[in-house]
Amino acid sequence: MCGIAGLIHRGKSSNVGNELQAMLQALKHRGPDSTGYALYADNDGQNFIMRFKVGENVGEGSSSVNEDESVYDKRKELVDIMLKNLGAKLIKEEKLTPYSYRYEMKYDDDLMEFSKKIESIESVEILSIGKSLELIKDLGDAQAVLDRYDLGKVTGTHAIGHARMATESGVDIKSAHPFWGYPFSDVSVVHNGQLTNYWNNRRVLENKGMRFMSECDSELIAVYLAEKMRNGATLEEGMKDSLSGLDGVFTYFVATKDSLGMAKDTMAAKPLVLYESDELVAMGSEEIAIRSILPHEIDTYDPFDGEVKVWQI
Amino acid sequence: MANIKTNENKTKAQSMGLHTEVLTGKTQQKFFNPDEAENFYYWGTYDVDFNKRIDLDVNDLDCKEANKKIDELMSQGYGTIVIKNPQGKHSLGVGVLNKLNLIFEGSLGYFGVGSIDGPTVRINGRVGWSCAENMMAGKVVIEKNAGSCFGAAVRGGDLICKGSVGARTGIDQKGGTIIVGGDAGAFTGFMMQRGRIIILGNVGINLGDSMYDGTIYVGGKIGSFGSDAIESPMTKSDIDWIKRKLKVAEIGENFDVTKMTKVVAGKKLWNYDALEPTEKKGAI
Repeated sequence: MCGIAGLIHRGKSSNVGNELQAMLQALKHRGPDSTGYALYADNDGQNFIMRFKVGENVGEGSSSVNEDESVYDKRKELVDIMLKNLGAKLIKEEKLTPYSYRYEMKYDDDLMEFSKKIESIESVEILSIGKSLELIKDLGDAQAVLDRYDLGKVTGTHAIGHARMATESGVDIKSAHPFWGYPFSDVSVVHNGQLTNYWNNRRVLENKGMRFMSECDSELIAVYLAEKMRNGATLEEGMKDSLSGLDGVFTYFVATKDSLGMAKDTMAAKPLVLYESDELVAMGSEEIAIRSILPHEIDTYDPFDGEVKVWQI
Repeated sequence: MANIKTNENKTKAQSMGLHTEVLTGKTQQKFFNPDEAENFYYWGTYDVDFNKRIDLDVNDLDCKEANKKIDELMSQGYGTIVIKNPQGKHSLGVGVLNKLNLIFEGSLGYFGVGSIDGPTVRINGRVGWSCAENMMAGKVVIEKNAGSCFGAAVRGGDLICKGSVGARTGIDQKGGTIIVGGDAGAFTGFMMQRGRIIILGNVGINLGDSMYDGTIYVGGKIGSFGSDAIESPMTKSDIDWIKRKLKVAEIGENFDVTKMTKVVAGKKLWNYDALEPTEKKGAI
């Protein structure tokens, strides 16, 4: 049982950081282990934003191995050297926690090769690359993560988030949602459910050159969609294909630079409540999440089995 | 072992207390004795006056506090309770075991008004998963949409949703009537055992999958039939009954009942019809 939430403002920006925090906080009882935000922020769109981690959060009930913090700095130096070698120009860097960084950079070449090189450094994982995507995930509830990464000020058009109850893999950042749709910039996925053909699909996708960073079944959705899109499918086509390609029970959201989508498995086994208007679409595992940002009386509904919907900003 | 006494009519196992009897398929009957009335006290029930009305704002209460407050108000004799600002909270209004007018001015979360026995509930909003689960008696009317597992394991009463409902409506239903004004999702009537479901709109795939008994009436299109579910001809008594139920539910005023599809179980469990007709009527 995990909690997922998403919202998209159509035609305007809003304080999506605070809004998503309120929604995820209302879903805390569904997933107390970790919280993740994928915020599509009002950045200038000129530079890539890369968020990456050089180690794990070893506090707060983490299942990760404790490391000396000095190794984090060494790994960060190796990342900087690799960036220079790859020809990326670093515009701005921010150290958010001892183990996570936010870099603003210019880079014009293939993101897949770029990511492979960066992640060849031990324990370095790119959480996201995008021109508007700000992907943040860490252990703790929505409020704790918001405070730690100062997300209260972030304005943007849309966002998806996840409150995780670890069932298939460890309590750590690498298994936390959202997952970046490697190697596509600005693609992120959150998922509630279990996938039962994870290993079969993973073997096939790895043979096609796709990368898996964790053993969390939900990562498969991001990789699965990314592979479909790499072969020319639109986001909606990839999502429709996933209804038969992925086995198990799932409700997932996927977001790109200018769109937000949801898909529900053919058994309709996982919950989702949806509110749709001309200005705003908000959805979550429970109505209580939507109510946290829309306290007045509204009309909501449950999407049916096998339903796929995509909204544009 | 030495103390065991046997006689010609008893087997050794019976002498040891391992009593066996031939199963007749009849349900066990209990008879009410007026002399033992005090033993039939129904815990948690109150005599309430419908004319005593009160508003209860649950905005700042969690579900336990809100339910406790409802119980407290019933104990004071309030027969009409209006709940303000439910805000999608879970498990509100569960376990009401007496007559009561319960009105929710807003939407409920999961497990709303579950395990009730007798109240008349009106929800001026939407409900989440498993609304009125295990309801024994009463009437529940939802003005907007409902989530999945609507009326799971309902045993009696009328459960009415004027909007659309999610998947597995009436799962494990054991009696009563579920009426849906809009569409219903996949696995409607999944494993239902008794009772009736009326869907005026379309239904999803696997309608009536693994149903034992009971009847489902569908007004719109059917995604697919589940295993063990088959179509059966509509009779005049079906039509009359549906019309009466829709009138009570205050929906489908101009709906053409004669064009509905009736779905029943295609197989019978080996001992399922062994009940006496009178007992069967009681169970329904």
